[in-house]
Parts: sequence; structure tokens; C-alpha cells
Amino acid sequence: MGVKIELGRRYRFAASHRLHTDRLSEEDNARVFGKCANPYGHGHNYVLEISVSGDVDPSTGMIANLAELDGFVEREVIEVVDHRSLNEDVAAFRDVVPTTENLCIEIFERLKRFPHAKLEHVRVQETANNSFEYDGNHKGK
Amino acid sequence: MVLITRKIEFAASHLYHNPALSPEENRRVFGKCNNPHGHGHNYTLEVTVAGEPDPVTGMVLDLKELKEILEREVMQRMDHRFLNYEVAELNGKIPTCENVARVIWELLDPKIKQGRLHRVRLYESADLFADCYRNGAAG
Repeated sequence: MGVKIELGRRYRFAASHRLHTDRLSEEDNARVFGKCANPYGHGHNYVLEISVSGDVDPSTGMIANLAELDGFVEREVIEVVDHRSLNEDVAAFRDVVPTTENLCIEIFERLKRFPHAKLEHVRVQETANNSFEYDGNHKGK
Repeated sequence: MVLITRKIEFAASHLYHNPALSPEENRRVFGKCNNPHGHGHNYTLEVTVAGEPDPVTGMVLDLKELKEILEREVMQRMDHRFLNYEVAELNGKIPTCENVARVIWELLDPKIKQGRLHRVRLYESADLFADCYRNGAAG
């Protein structure tokens, strides 16, 4: 029986968000989202952890070239969200509440296009005490 | 099933160089990891064993025994060593996080008799790690 190897990598970004939806009344927004619905938003230092899998290339010993992986994540995610307002600056959250659950899904959808390895899952740590994980390969299971 | 994880730390040096590639190619593929005299890391290894707790001892495995296996198989082999030149199992392989994790998996798997090796996670730094699972059992 063989061994399956995944490469894990962590990245950091800082962003603000506000949890609020026009589909609920102001009272319901306040009830559901509490202080996360405060009108001007607030921020976090997010930590993004991703895992990719694939064959280890015998000539490099690597699943994926780290510089290529880092460049892809930088372009597809970090440049899009770092020092941004998720609500105002990221198109995906125009009509979707930028909870960290939804942020995980958006990041997975962006990173699954990485051409050199298979994206296994993404984990986003919103604070040291809250983290969220998403594996879009097993949707609905 | 219960998972039990033991963590150890070791320090080692390595470099990435493939003699089949030209010096320019080595530099392009491996960047500063190709510097000829190598460099080092503080590695953190997390070894996870899966099993059912023994009804008498309440343990999946004796942690003392796992500690001894890790000392013998990993610490004595790799701690304060140059991975390219001093670890026979890595001979002819580029000692990337992926390959070192795999060698550790292959060293530990036959030695763990109580429970079953579930995951080997090797951190090369806080931001880079490799996970090994038994094929078909990822997660």
C-alpha cells in the first residue's frame, strides 16, 4: 500500500469585513451577527493554510515548485484580499456575506485552478481561536 | 477510533541539488536552496497513530514506546545531521520536506505495532510542511 503525500503552506493577510445582509431587517442583522454587523466593519489578521497533493517529481523531490505555488497564491488570493475590505473590494462578496466560511469557499474556487498539483483543502484562521476549513472536492458529502 | 499525536523537534541541514541538471538549471529550479554548502532548519515532526484504546490500560499505544521509536528511528538518524550526506535513506533523493516526510513514514510504519500509523506531518518551518497518509486514507 502506497503513501499519499500532501504539501502544506501557510500565508498571511489582513482584511476588514462586515457581516450584514440586506435580506434581513436591521434588528435581525444585529441579532444574528452581533457586533460583526457594526456599520463600518472591523478587521482580522487572517492565516491561510492550503494543502496540495500530487506525485513527487523524482528530479526535484517536490509535488509543486514552491515559487510557482507562492506566485499563484499571491496573484489569485493575497493581492485580491490583503489590506482590503472584503465587502467593498472583492467582487464575490458583493451579494454574499463575507463570513470566513464563505471566504474559504471563494479561496478554494480560486486556488483549485493551480495547474501543477491538486488542491486538497484550504483552512482559514480568522483569529487564533476561530478557524474554518473547506474541501471543495467533496461538496455535499 | 482514537488518534494520538506525539511531537518532536530536530535540527538538520540540507541542500537541493540534482546532478543530472546543469548548474543553471539547479539554480533556476531550487533557488537559494541550491547554495553549495547547504543551510538548516528546525524541523517539527508530528506523528499520529490511530487505534482503539486498550480496555485494560486505556491507551491506544504506550507513549513511552512511541517516544523510544522516534528517538531511535528519527532523532538518532537526523538530529544535527546533514540530511544529504549522513542519512542513508535519503541517498540519491532531494531532501525536500515531501521526501524527508516520506522516509520518516517508511521508517516508522513497520515499527508501530500497537495501533496503526495514521499521519506523519513534518514542518520545515511554521509555514511549510508535508503530510503523509496511507494511500486511500487521507483526511
